[in-house]
Amino acid sequence: MTASHLDPPIIELTGVRKTYRSGSIEFEALRGIDTGIDAGEYVAVIGPSGSGKSTLMNLLGCLDNPTEGHYRLAGEDVSEMSEAQLAEVRNRRIGFVFQQFNLLASLPAWRNVELPLVYAGMPRAERRERAIAALGRVGLSDRTENRPGELSGGQQQRVAVARALVTEPALILADEPTGNLDSGSTADVLDLLDELHASGRTIVLITHEHDVAARASRRLIISDGRITSDERAGVTP
Amino acid sequence: MSWLETFRAGIEAVRAHRLRSLLTMLGIVIGISSVILTVGLGQGAQDEVKDQISALGSNLLIVSPGSSTSSSGVRGGFGSASTLTLQDATAMADRYVVPDAAKVAPTTSGSTSLTAGETNWTTSVVGTTTAWLDVRARALSSGRFFTAQEVEQAADVVVLGSDTASELFSFGSPVGQTVTVDGTPMSVIGVLASSGSSSTGSSEDDQAVMPIGTAKQVTGGSGSSVSTIYVEAGSAETLAAAYQEIDALLLNLHGVSAAAADFSISTQDSLVETANATNQTLTVLLGGIAAISLLVGGIGVMNIMLVSVTERVREIGLRKALGATPKVIRRQFLVEASVLGLAGGVVGVLIGTVGAQVLPPLIDQPVSVSVVATLAAIGTALALGIGFGVYPASRAARLTPIDALRSE
Ligand SMILES: Nc1ncnc2c1ncn2[C@@H]1O[C@H](COP(=O)(O)OP(=O)(O)O)[C@@H](O)[C@H]1O
Ligand SMILES: [Mg+2]
Repeated sequence: MTASHLDPPIIELTGVRKTYRSGSIEFEALRGIDTGIDAGEYVAVIGPSGSGKSTLMNLLGCLDNPTEGHYRLAGEDVSEMSEAQLAEVRNRRIGFVFQQFNLLASLPAWRNVELPLVYAGMPRAERRERAIAALGRVGLSDRTENRPGELSGGQQQRVAVARALVTEPALILADEPTGNLDSGSTADVLDLLDELHASGRTIVLITHEHDVAARASRRLIISDGRITSDERAGVTP
Repeated sequence: MSWLETFRAGIEAVRAHRLRSLLTMLGIVIGISSVILTVGLGQGAQDEVKDQISALGSNLLIVSPGSSTSSSGVRGGFGSASTLTLQDATAMADRYVVPDAAKVAPTTSGSTSLTAGETNWTTSVVGTTTAWLDVRARALSSGRFFTAQEVEQAADVVVLGSDTASELFSFGSPVGQTVTVDGTPMSVIGVLASSGSSSTGSSEDDQAVMPIGTAKQVTGGSGSSVSTIYVEAGSAETLAAAYQEIDALLLNLHGVSAAAADFSISTQDSLVETANATNQTLTVLLGGIAAISLLVGGIGVMNIMLVSVTERVREIGLRKALGATPKVIRRQFLVEASVLGLAGGVVGVLIGTVGAQVLPPLIDQPVSVSVVATLAAIGTALALGIGFGVYPASRAARLTPIDALRSE
């Protein structure tokens, strides 16, 4: 977290636009985003529903391609990468936490958590060990064999957080991770993100709730596909 | 991700979606077992005919009256005036004229009613000479065959087929007993051993064999004509030579050109060929039915694989988000489809082979399992499953992760 301006920013967006086409209808969800995020930052992206927050996160996570502009992740231009390279980037550098949890219902918790390690090519025994350790970190040591259907929403999201941190990625992207949770579970998940931030990870948290955003060290406010405000904690209240 | 890992995950996915996997396999199971059974039926019919023909004897030439264009060598001339005579048979037996014929057995055929005490039994009558037993590769279970002298004298003796003997004499040995044929009492001197032909109700075991002169009196055959002359060549090597010699001899004796030949000579091979040509139609028909059922099975597989992939586009999106490359996704579905196809194939083969054991007694038809047809059926089912499973999966693997994740 120290000397962050000496390191290259982990995320660099220049002139990024995203236009959705469905049939003859076009909709510009992002209308020119220019920003950078340094390694170790904890950034909250806030904005009303439909403002383009998820669209932005999908681009940051290399889940989708911008229509225009450039995205450099850790200094590398993502738009020039092949499918296989993108898969590796997602696998090695990024951990995702989705609003819908996105767990595989047929697999027990630890098998869900080990999935990124499977694609990283790690041997089976080591995978299991690390998946169970990750579940321990989110407080689910006693739930490793349960399938998602046997867990509460908050527990499911903690499994998802364990899956996001199991590869020790530099960047964690969370799209409204507490959107489907009650206040108790929300606090649990946000505490986990705080911990991850404290251990040096870069976190981008998307939310439309200001009290959730209050945990972050920086707030990007987005509206109609544009960043309208960029506040750092302590600089602006 | 290694193949072993992918394979393990594939089996897991198959087990996780049990009902869907079962339904997918059902199409393959039905397709493959019906291919095995229908092709097996056709094959069984062919094998049976082959059995019957090889049971006739070995290195056999069958000379029948009538031109070779009239098919069905064995029964040709039955009921019509025969152009073959006893003199033809005698000439064939001449060591100098036909050196390659080892044994010659002229036969007449007809049918009559036999009476033993109160019991009546209608059977076919074969009139022949002493050579018949060897030429037709038959054996006696009791008693003796008739002698050359008895043939010459047209003695009133008869040798019964095993079924005929048991029909007429339910108790005790038939040998030494008397049967009445057309009012003439004849003594039973022997009983033939069963021909061992697998088919039930074979006429080979239901017949009365008598000296040729005796048979003529019984069935009222005209003059010296015979219905078939069986010739045994000394060995497989001399079969062709014997064929040429007999052909030349008969053309000469009958004074006709080859084009106008009034007889035909078949070998067992040519009989098998003729029978197979007839069976071909059956086999093609059955094969067609089997192919259709396999196709229907394949369409079922395709259907369920398509639904399954569509259902799992979100899963594909998630796996891609977590770092799966399109190649890994394609492999995963390839393995799943192969596991399903193979499992269905194995179950189908099991049901088909069990059916091939259980069915024949019920339908009185032999069924022989063809390895080639079985392998081809498994291959087809596998190809259908893989083709129709992997195609939609590889399309889904090309979606951007977010499009896949968003799909419902
Ligand atoms: N796949 C899509 N096709 C068309 N329009 C879309 C698609 N995804 C999002 N949008 C539109 O883009 C805008 C931004 O969406 P999104 O980024 O999901 O907003 P947020 O997450 O801030 O609520 C919305 O108006 C939405 O309707
Ligand atoms: Mg959203």
